[in-house]
Amino acid sequence: MSDTLLSVKNLVVEFPTRRGILTAVDNVSFDLERGEVLGLVGESGAGKSITGSAVIGLIEPPGRIAAGTVHLAGQRIDNLPSEKMRRIRGDKIGMVFQDPLSSLNPLYSVAEQLVETILTHKDISKKQARDRAIELLDEVGIPAADLRIDDYPHQFSGGMRQRVVIALALCADPELIIADEPTTALDVSVQSQIVSVLKKVCSEHGASVILITHDIGVIAEVADRVAVLYSGRMAEIGPVRDVIKHPQHPYTKGLMGSIPTITQEGDRLTQIPGSMPRLTDRPPGCAFAPRCEMAMSACHHSHPSEENVGTARVACHLITKMGAVA
Amino acid sequence: MPMNKETGRKMSLIVRILDSDIWYSFTRSKVTMIAALITFLIFASALFAPIISPHNPFDLASLSLMDSLLPPAWSAEGDPNYLLGTDDQGRDVLSTILYGSRISLAVGLVSVAFAAVLGITLGLIAGYMGGRVDAIIMRIADVQLSFPAILIALLIAGTVNALAGGMDRERSAFTVLVISIGLSFWVQYARTVRSSTLVERNKEYVQAARLIGLHPFLIMLRHVLPNVMGPVLVIATINLALAVITEATLSFLGVGIPGTQPSLGTMIRTGNDFLFSGEWWITLFPGAMLAILVLAVNLLGDWLRDALNPKLR
Amino acid sequence: MKDVLVNVENLTRIFDVSKPWLNRVIEREEKKTLRAVNDVSLEIRRGETFALVGESGSGKSTIAKMIVGLLGLSQGKIDFDGIDLSQPDGAEMRALRQRYQMIFQDPFASLNPRWRVNKIIAEPLRQFDMESSESDRNRRVEELLELVGMSAKDGVKFPHEFSGGQRQRIAIARALSSNPEFIVCDEPTSALDVSVQAQILNLMRDLQDELGLTYLFISHDLSVVRHMANRIGVLYLGRLVEVADGKELFRNPRHPYTKMLLNAIPDLDMTGRKVAPPDGEIPNPINPPSGCTFHPRCPIATEQCKREIPPIRNSDAGSVVCFEAVRA
Repeated sequence: MSDTLLSVKNLVVEFPTRRGILTAVDNVSFDLERGEVLGLVGESGAGKSITGSAVIGLIEPPGRIAAGTVHLAGQRIDNLPSEKMRRIRGDKIGMVFQDPLSSLNPLYSVAEQLVETILTHKDISKKQARDRAIELLDEVGIPAADLRIDDYPHQFSGGMRQRVVIALALCADPELIIADEPTTALDVSVQSQIVSVLKKVCSEHGASVILITHDIGVIAEVADRVAVLYSGRMAEIGPVRDVIKHPQHPYTKGLMGSIPTITQEGDRLTQIPGSMPRLTDRPPGCAFAPRCEMAMSACHHSHPSEENVGTARVACHLITKMGAVA
Repeated sequence: MPMNKETGRKMSLIVRILDSDIWYSFTRSKVTMIAALITFLIFASALFAPIISPHNPFDLASLSLMDSLLPPAWSAEGDPNYLLGTDDQGRDVLSTILYGSRISLAVGLVSVAFAAVLGITLGLIAGYMGGRVDAIIMRIADVQLSFPAILIALLIAGTVNALAGGMDRERSAFTVLVISIGLSFWVQYARTVRSSTLVERNKEYVQAARLIGLHPFLIMLRHVLPNVMGPVLVIATINLALAVITEATLSFLGVGIPGTQPSLGTMIRTGNDFLFSGEWWITLFPGAMLAILVLAVNLLGDWLRDALNPKLR
Repeated sequence: MKDVLVNVENLTRIFDVSKPWLNRVIEREEKKTLRAVNDVSLEIRRGETFALVGESGSGKSTIAKMIVGLLGLSQGKIDFDGIDLSQPDGAEMRALRQRYQMIFQDPFASLNPRWRVNKIIAEPLRQFDMESSESDRNRRVEELLELVGMSAKDGVKFPHEFSGGQRQRIAIARALSSNPEFIVCDEPTSALDVSVQAQILNLMRDLQDELGLTYLFISHDLSVVRHMANRIGVLYLGRLVEVADGKELFRNPRHPYTKMLLNAIPDLDMTGRKVAPPDGEIPNPINPPSGCTFHPRCPIATEQCKREIPPIRNSDAGSVVCFEAVRA
């Protein structure tokens, strides 16, 4: 069994609109190894949520995957009929979304929801399913799980609810977990709790995680590798430590420099002028070129291709030309 | 065209409208475009009634009892002068429909305007002030909602007419109708505006206005009002159809527009008496006109509601 | 002698969160109250940035609103430049209002969607009769737009035509139009992307240097606060648990809650620092724990902490509200 769980190649996602075709995701490729946590970061409008949705087949028509392939454990899944994809999602993929209130049905108790999901995927008795559900709740850190399991979603606090959602995602023993902004709606101290719970249970269950977020702090704590998206394209992908401490792509550099940390000295934060272009107004050539201090003429005319630079893969003409930056 | 700021703004407004999602959805729906056309035609013909109408049915001197109860022009005893026949007073049905829809539409528009202004004002105040003022206004609204609109209008119109006795009913009829219909419809506006106001009141731009010490009245007027008007247009459109029908009903029941200068409803009432003696045209044509008008306006209102609903886009 | 611009004493705010009267009578429930702000005292010095840090339920937004008069005080008083804010009225109050302003968290809701940008920015100018003619007002609006890094031509557009960061700049321009001395910033960058946040924070610092502004900066993000603030106050469940100089708070945190928050900050410098997610969750503010409200989550809590509320211990370094921290 190969080590690569998920393989996304040259993914293109398009949305036809009244004013023409909107390319939300443009030629994005990445692999996910078994047991690893891959962070997908980008600012609003970068296309990270759409990438996540496309990978698991949740793009609503008229949006569609226009090109590229997605392979899960060797099997191609981007071109499956919706019924088959639904079953694969149920069996092999767990999902954790931003708003726990929309993932959990407010009218059913947690026990009912967990047990029903477990029974859909495992051939065991109801009592066994319930025991398994209590075990899962325990694993995600819900105190007194055997008592709280019969409570309703609204009786849990925000952080506890998100833990329940994680437990729900694990019910079918999935190989892949997609978490889309799982902590954004939560309090700051709860955020780090949730993220470490996610990492812990996923590694214990042997599930790989794609963690989509705009919060780089969360990625720094939990991810093994991180992919940085800009305007629907991949700017840089590499091990977390390297991308954060030694970013290669000018955008990543600017991004990391603009985050205040608790050790930095100096009065000004690095500031990237302007703002990310809207997906409808992408400039020709490299999407970052208009804001890039080091843009060359090639940058305004052609898309940079991804090249391996050190431990990372970077899409930048300058880097391709000059090699890694210290 | 000299290109100053004002012209620039007006042109950009037109460009914005033509480019907007609303215009797009309008041009995509044939039904809506037809409904809009019909509504426009009816409004136009009512407006220009004195010009396009073949006769003036309100000019008592021009009426001839000799020409009364003539059937439509295409039947045997018809007179090509009177295309849709005449009523018992010798009035040309077609002309009366044109002049009558003027009155019906006028009553409809003015009463809707009255209901809207009253409802919006009360809704704004209730939503922004909250507390006891809100409670009082809403209880009045609740009580009123438990009565059907027709009943309320009937009560008010009937009472006023009885009190006024033999007073000049012709001139007061319009006002009485407008007030009674308006009073029966204000609640919808008030409720919608109130709930939107409750939402807007907590938004930061309202707080920013409070911060600089702007008087609550000015905050309601300048800041909140423009943001809560959205649904009002939809309600008003659908309300217009209802107001016209209510007027017709009240006139039919005898407490609306009196018979000498009839509205569509009055014509239907008049014609009703002759229905069973075979003079069907006096009731049918005004009835058909009423039905078409109401249908067209309702369709327009339906489309508007869907077009303005951000969730459906 | 410290030049104090804003002095807050024993500020308390209690909300009545009981169910409606009828429900209470039928269900036989008591009235419930929520102490959102509990006996908070602080002073903000002229020219500095004072930050209030806390999580949800800490009362930081409530304090901000009380200082600018959007919410009434249940107890306590607020002095602005020596004047008690509850006293003046009419013209005196108007003159005072001109001296302070607020920037809000949500750039989408803080601008009236139906107004053009120049009308939004000019509103304080109109309200305070600051310019004599329309053309003077327009000129001032254009100046302000350029001051915040936008173009004068942006004035005719509507808010929805701008991004979140640009809207926040417009909000800043509006706040500056009355020439205030003091600006309360309620989480001004929490809703913005990280790179946009950097632009706005840099802008705010530049404006402070240029115009001599005093800021009250509210945030839940300690890293941002470290970058912006001269002094920091940490709030927990409505109480100010520690106040210290900016960098000192990070070097030498005294209150256990402050330590817990600092330990949870992600290690973005990749120093290998151990990051520990905090223990437990914030309790329900309607039913807070007894004594020191932090005791259920506190690693050094004693019996005394459960029974009594610790007093404020002031020192040169700042102040802290904790039995154990002071003992150490």
